Amino acid sequence: MRERLRRFGRLEPLDPLFSGWRRLPHNVRGGLPLLALVALAATYPYYVSSLPTDVPLILAFPDVGSAVTILVFVVMAVGLNVVVGYAGLLDLGYVAFYAIGAYTAGWFASGHFEQVRFHLGSVGISREAQGIHISVWLVLLIAGIITAIGGILIGLPTLRLRGDYLAIVTLGFGEIIPQFVRNADSLKGFDLTHGTFGISPIDSPGFGEGLNESVGLPASFAQSFERERLFFWAALVVLLITVFCCYRLRDSRLGRAWIAIREDETAAGAMGIPLMRTKTWAYAIGAFFGGVAGAYVASFNSGAFPSQFHFNISIFLLCMVILGGMGSLWGVVIGGAILSWLNVEGLANIGAWVNAHTPLDVEVAKYQFGIYGTIIVLMMLFRPVGLIPERRHKRELEEGTREPIDEPLYDAREQEGPEEAKA
Amino acid sequence: MVGIVFVLLLVVWLVVNLVKTPSDFFTVLLIGITTGSVYALIALGYTLVYGILQLINFAHGDVFALSGLVASTFVVSVFGLDETTATLGIIVGLLAILVFVVAFGAIVNASIEFVAYRRLRQAPRLAVLITAVGMSFIVQNVSLAVFGVNFRSVPPLISEEHVFEIGDVSYQWNQLFAVLATIPVLIMLSWVVSATRHGKAMRATSQDPDAAAIMGVNVNRTISFTFLLAGALAGVGGLLYLLEFNIRYDTGFELGLIAFTAAVLGGIGNLSGAVLGALLIGLIQAFNEGLSWYAPGSDWTRSIVFGILIAILVFRPEGLLGERTPEGA
Repeated sequence: MRERLRRFGRLEPLDPLFSGWRRLPHNVRGGLPLLALVALAATYPYYVSSLPTDVPLILAFPDVGSAVTILVFVVMAVGLNVVVGYAGLLDLGYVAFYAIGAYTAGWFASGHFEQVRFHLGSVGISREAQGIHISVWLVLLIAGIITAIGGILIGLPTLRLRGDYLAIVTLGFGEIIPQFVRNADSLKGFDLTHGTFGISPIDSPGFGEGLNESVGLPASFAQSFERERLFFWAALVVLLITVFCCYRLRDSRLGRAWIAIREDETAAGAMGIPLMRTKTWAYAIGAFFGGVAGAYVASFNSGAFPSQFHFNISIFLLCMVILGGMGSLWGVVIGGAILSWLNVEGLANIGAWVNAHTPLDVEVAKYQFGIYGTIIVLMMLFRPVGLIPERRHKRELEEGTREPIDEPLYDAREQEGPEEAKA
Repeated sequence: MVGIVFVLLLVVWLVVNLVKTPSDFFTVLLIGITTGSVYALIALGYTLVYGILQLINFAHGDVFALSGLVASTFVVSVFGLDETTATLGIIVGLLAILVFVVAFGAIVNASIEFVAYRRLRQAPRLAVLITAVGMSFIVQNVSLAVFGVNFRSVPPLISEEHVFEIGDVSYQWNQLFAVLATIPVLIMLSWVVSATRHGKAMRATSQDPDAAAIMGVNVNRTISFTFLLAGALAGVGGLLYLLEFNIRYDTGFELGLIAFTAAVLGGIGNLSGAVLGALLIGLIQAFNEGLSWYAPGSDWTRSIVFGILIAILVFRPEGLLGERTPEGA
């Protein structure tokens, strides 16, 4: 790094800084930038209003409400990365988990089931309100668990299949589940999902009156003037927990087993890794985060609507993972942040800027999925390891493009010269 | 075991429907054969490419839709065909459009292979598959950019008069036309694959590309040829579909998945399997949407088709007519 910087100019005066930095313990060196990044993110709601709104190309930085959506999509991308990046199982139906999570929130934290009245730690809801009202914090967990069970149920019969067959089966589930929630408004007369109207409103998280009076934590997000900020901070916490879990998982016994399967399933099986169980775990854990994120989005939007769960979302999430680098945690966080920002408002802003400053007149947002498709293809063709590659995965992907491993004992090209000379 | 029970239930359901409303049953059966034959054209494209590259070419369905949209422009704007045009004019016009659309589909499909998949010959299969998904979105957006979001359709060029009418059951010429047009295409395809040098090269490459290369087969050219064939079939399919239904930029995605299901059902890589699977899927779709006794209805078509896909992949990955591949083991 220093050598590279030095090439651009004289950096000798900075040498003490570099050597001092290198003398810091390893975990501090890794932790400090992270801490700075988290601090920067956590204080974002305070300085976002003072950021310029006429930046070339991107116009404005996302407001706090958009930032919540961005964070939640990053959570999903990190969850998908467990399946696609760590375990190497292509999942084209991740939107199914998103949908299951959102509808779990709809079932357990709203007045949807009018037949019953059940309250457990709910905040900001009248005690007399009908329906199931469980504390949203708990619902996030329940959604994760239900989705993980869903993932296992999908995984058990299908994980025996390899590669592209698995992809197509997951794609099938990703299509069936949204259609199911769209149609399941009268299953034998029972309204499970309220059809195309979706379930709305859904409760907000909060800490209740008790904690509000004693510690000053917000009683209910929905009734607060700072609703979006509170959701933002909570989303940041969810993201940090997700990233922490995935970071620790990667180096765990399970994580190493996933990577072994990704690199060579047959060899991994021969080494005694239980293939089915390990892959099912990848599925379940990936699904878990998808479910949590889905429930959180539902709570933030105060509704779960079938039109949210389109196949394109699966591809969009896959695109985040590919852009960032399959298996690379930080890459996926950054790739996810960039793409979900583009999705939420970036593309529209860029389009507006381009239309204002060039003779072009294009509706950029209309072609968003063409743009994501282009990103996918370009990344796969020219940088399959992603923006921030995982070291191990980089070697693996380059394997096929290099000379075959069983190289001949002598290099034929070296012999060419004399051979030709003789002829 | 589960499969047998399921098939038995299906048969019982069909028989009950047949007894209750025989005329509906036969009408729906004929519709199913018509749609099934269009699906067959698309499914063959999937099967051809899968057979040679072991790649699910997700972009195939979108090439089909793009060809159909191009055909609609030709019918309406270039040739200006409508139901008042003289019969001879319609025949000549449609033949000219057919030639053009076939060439168009073939070239687009082969270009996709040349631009995207060829560079990834040595890459992990997952990488190629992901690229195919990306290409699908690109082609779909090209359709969107050129043809907009509206459905395109053409005036009824083929007579809607009845071929025959037995009781309440009738069959229209325009429905029969799709079947009649599909049959020669299938015969030609099977001739190309089984009797020509190119076909021989294709079969050799699909069995073992390295060995085929050693034997003097130009593998890259053979793969290009396969994509050309598949694209040509997509072009024919696009035109036939357009004559029967509406088409839009995203039609290809869903139809592509249905056709892929058909190819898997019949045994992917197996040509007659793809046709059989497509007819079955067409029939299942028609029965589901057209019958009255305990039919789930069109809201559930997609779920049913994908349910079949999943069941086939899980219980019989080699399909109805296919051979076991390592992929399904």
